[in-house]
Amino acid sequence: MNYRSSYFILTCLGLGFAFLYIPILSMVVFSFNASKLVTVWDAANSPTLKWYVALLNNEEILDAAWISLKVALINASGSAILGTLAGFGLARFTQFRGRFTLNAMTTAPLVMPEVITGLSLLLLFVALEQLIGWPAGRGITTMTIGHMTFSMAYVTVIVNSRLASFDTALEEAAMDLGARPLKVFFVITLPIIFPAVLSGWLLAFTLSWDDLVISSFTSGPGSSTLPMVVFSKVRLGVSPEINVLATITLAVVTTMIVGVSLWMARRARLDKLAA
Amino acid sequence: MRPTGRLRRVGITGRGLVVALPYMWLMLFFVVPFVIVLKISFSDIDLAIPPYKPLLEWVGKNSLAIKVNFNNYAFLFTDSLYLRAFANSIKVAFVSTLWCLAIGYPMAYGIARAKPATRNVLLLLVILPFWTSLLLRVYAWIGLLKANGVINNVLQSLGIIHEPLTMLYTPFAMYVGIVYSYLPFLVLPLYANLEKMDWQLLEAAEDLGCRPWQAFYKITLPLSRNGILAGSMLVFIPAVGEFVIPALLGGPNALMIGRVLWDEFFSNRAWPVASAVAILLLLLLVPFMMWYQSVQARESAGAR
Repeated sequence: MNYRSSYFILTCLGLGFAFLYIPILSMVVFSFNASKLVTVWDAANSPTLKWYVALLNNEEILDAAWISLKVALINASGSAILGTLAGFGLARFTQFRGRFTLNAMTTAPLVMPEVITGLSLLLLFVALEQLIGWPAGRGITTMTIGHMTFSMAYVTVIVNSRLASFDTALEEAAMDLGARPLKVFFVITLPIIFPAVLSGWLLAFTLSWDDLVISSFTSGPGSSTLPMVVFSKVRLGVSPEINVLATITLAVVTTMIVGVSLWMARRARLDKLAA
Repeated sequence: MRPTGRLRRVGITGRGLVVALPYMWLMLFFVVPFVIVLKISFSDIDLAIPPYKPLLEWVGKNSLAIKVNFNNYAFLFTDSLYLRAFANSIKVAFVSTLWCLAIGYPMAYGIARAKPATRNVLLLLVILPFWTSLLLRVYAWIGLLKANGVINNVLQSLGIIHEPLTMLYTPFAMYVGIVYSYLPFLVLPLYANLEKMDWQLLEAAEDLGCRPWQAFYKITLPLSRNGILAGSMLVFIPAVGEFVIPALLGGPNALMIGRVLWDEFFSNRAWPVASAVAILLLLLLVPFMMWYQSVQARESAGAR
């Protein structure tokens, strides 16, 4: 089959990507719009940076962003550790008691509707507080625990699939030469799976930074995250400051993703040269 | 690739420690909470903090009474609102999954058949929206769909319509939002499946006189079955319980079970009713989750 001549597929690709990107680009364009009506372009005074200035002076949004940042950083690091352990265990230990359960527990959070996870975590925290007095009230700690529970599942999947595509020859050779398992892990396995752990960390960070539902269930008074503030604003209609927030988010994420993929592509080339 | 030789003989203790930590974490924060939800779904609503009555109560000095209350479940089946919300959620999730397949399959196919350099760029373009906030991307559709929004303005200035179309806060807006948000979840597993396809099979079929569409229907489609199933589950299961998209785009009448649960919990403070909704939703989704897991297991077994 002559694939290049398949205009049908090319049209589908074009339309599909237009569908994915037109909404995002419209936010970027209208973030520079002077009009308060947001979607009506004010040609006389635009483009302008006035909503960028307004956003950077908005205390409510900045406070919420600071809370989100704290939660996302702790969550990403915790999930990276737990997820790496789980992914490594599932990929390298073929038989252990509870393997099936661990596999199920790391797959289910990927598809579980967030309202269920959020509600169940909140009820757990309330029950624990009645029982042992911890956690006292709800806030950053409870939100972070909630985020880690679903983020680590994503890290597990990424690490597991990276390890599945690497054979165990290097690790076995090191053990045959007398290295202890712990040393093998840090000297051989960890460098191999490092790109996966890094992607997992970044993904866990974004999942937490974006999460609305689980945060709403597990947060307490005075600990509103950025998505919670955005949600309450957006419910009242469009706001120029939210367009600015979206544009900044997009710029940061794009830089990060493109940077990491370039770095990984380079690393993969070096690996190939070394092999 | 199965670990062999010395790796299998790693001491039980080291191995135990590695898996014990994530295992305990998920047991405590993922499995035990469901038991508590189940328990509270059987308790009475109470005007207290927390707003439910205990299941176990001391009656007199030495007897402990268990009060199991089926009222919450009975309530869900008597008030037609809940059953309609369940039915509507399943319908919306199912139709959205079909739309995602219709848009996503040709995309995944196109990416899988592109040249390797182009392929990586296209993949990156699919992944990128997934990394930017879901909330902000759903919000973008409000600006596009509202009465004086971008789509209406463009259509009016082109003279195609004279009155603005009502699109925001309709079922249409909700479908657009769900398909838009979940599309990458379908494209990625489907691409991963199609990428492993042996395209020479298609050439052979055509050499033997098969039309391209016939070859697609007889070869590509059956071989990508697991990718289609995995991607569809990743869309369908979370979409049934979706809250954010119906709340922002669907308007006040968008009856979705995730939203009903949210309102029972936050607006009505009816924790036991919300718990009963959660349990029913979970019972509905567990078969699909198990199906997803078995599809995943088959996929990774096939990859090895």
